[in-house]
Amino acid sequence: MKRKLKRKQFIGLIFILPWLAGLIILQLYPFLTSFYYSLTEYNIMSSPAFIGFQNYIKLFTTDREFWNSLKVTTIYTIFTVPGKLIVALLVALVMNKNMKGINLIRTVYYLPSLFGGSIAVAILWKLMFQDQGIINSLLAVFHIPPVQWLGSTKLALPTVILLNLWQFGSAFVMFLAALKNVPMDLYEAADIDGASGITKFFKITLPQISSIIFFNVIMQTITALQSFTGPMIITGGGPLKSTYVLGLKLYTEAFSYYKMGYACAVSWVIFIMIAVITSLLFRFSSMVVYYEDGGDF
Amino acid sequence: MRKKYFRRGHVSIWTYVIVIAIGVVMMYPIIWMFFATFKTNAEIFGSVKLLPEKFSLQSYIDGWNVNGRITYAAFFANSFKLTLITTFLTVAACAIVAYGFARFKFPCKKILFGILITTMMLPDSILLIPKYSLYHSMNLLDSYAPFYLQAGLACYPFFVFMLIQFIRGLPRELDESAYIDGCSEIGVFVRILAPLMKPALFSAGLFQFMWTYNDYTNVLIYVNSVKKYTLSLALRLSLDAESVIQWNKVMAMSFLSLIPLIILFFAAQKYFVEGIATSGLKG
Repeated sequence: MKRKLKRKQFIGLIFILPWLAGLIILQLYPFLTSFYYSLTEYNIMSSPAFIGFQNYIKLFTTDREFWNSLKVTTIYTIFTVPGKLIVALLVALVMNKNMKGINLIRTVYYLPSLFGGSIAVAILWKLMFQDQGIINSLLAVFHIPPVQWLGSTKLALPTVILLNLWQFGSAFVMFLAALKNVPMDLYEAADIDGASGITKFFKITLPQISSIIFFNVIMQTITALQSFTGPMIITGGGPLKSTYVLGLKLYTEAFSYYKMGYACAVSWVIFIMIAVITSLLFRFSSMVVYYEDGGDF
Repeated sequence: MRKKYFRRGHVSIWTYVIVIAIGVVMMYPIIWMFFATFKTNAEIFGSVKLLPEKFSLQSYIDGWNVNGRITYAAFFANSFKLTLITTFLTVAACAIVAYGFARFKFPCKKILFGILITTMMLPDSILLIPKYSLYHSMNLLDSYAPFYLQAGLACYPFFVFMLIQFIRGLPRELDESAYIDGCSEIGVFVRILAPLMKPALFSAGLFQFMWTYNDYTNVLIYVNSVKKYTLSLALRLSLDAESVIQWNKVMAMSFLSLIPLIILFFAAQKYFVEGIATSGLKG
């Protein structure tokens, strides 16, 4: 019997072996070397030369481009994450009724997210917001003078953000599913107590779906802090670096200038930001997120 | 059966108006894109008309032939090759690992599971350069091997986690009775569990297909030679190729590149929606 158990254990390990190998070779090892590289001068061709914390010192004291990227990324994240989730939640609330044709509408709302990170859609965005593009042509119909969307330092970032907001579909589908799982009895009890619609929303609906909102906030924040494709294709980081997010900075330092060590330092700043924000969110969530089972795994 | 909130009340006409209006606004760029592929470059700019003067396929023909040597047929073939193999390897590897986690006891299982969950939040950008350096030293750059390696080693903790949860929902008695009938551990997985896991495997596969097909960052870094370009890289190239961008050609090829996704989505809508709603996969 004992031998059989040993065999079982052994077989379990065999099954997870691919993942274990992947974890060590493609996650743990790169994670640690990434930190080591960030303390070196490294250009791939020759071996890394240790220089201590100089990359970080340079990043925070003399590299003005870095502070700009930090600012741009923060603005991008602050607007895309809550923006997307609020839109998704509002639309889900409106549609959380016994609507006819709900499947078709859900499909239409999800389609932009399906194309999500594709280059095709980023290119489409770039074309639509050209100076003589369709957006300005449509504005002209309402006698609004043409706007320089991608050419102005003020509007380029909002235009890139708008592309992201357009893709609220997956959060919306998740919220809609969560709303449909809120038990009806809670609302009936609230009706008996004479609660208003707004009270019901804040006391029942929001707490009941808070865990799915929380999950979305975390995942979207991680994605937003690393954004790259949209700014790269639509504006290339310009004009005057007004859309030069940290992801673009990381890519440019690494693959245009071959400053791999410096780029790793940038990636560690992104990582620390993600780690701090997620741990803050987790701490905050224990106060506001409601779990049916008390939150134990 | 529990009564659900959404069944209550009638829906006012205004709700429909708002919902449809937002839907039109959301779909407009895609519809406009479709018609733009038939327009001339001059027609695309400075006109609000949705429909083209005449439906011409010229931009498709011009766009398809990049130069004398290469056409979009090659880029489509590359994209499909990369995406299909990566998707297959991902689903197979993640399912086997999930089976190991869900059905077997082994030392340090709790810790390893904890690590799996933590890696879900590990940002890709921090691994980018060391992985590039690693593939460089292994001579795997300018090939699709990095993608296959990552897929075959189940480096997608999200899918592994989702499949573990799914297997946990399947009754253990099924395994037990198969063991009594003389099935091996692999046999239980292949004959009993895998068929039952079809919806979950399908969802994971769909999302991996979509992500790999749309991927730009990784192919940009790992693939250099034009004959290995995927659609993402080819489209990016078309923006730089000429001094004046031929937008109609670019739009035609961009739209063509979206068609496989559209077909897939409508063919497997159920799995998409269920995948997002139940496991929190994002598009």
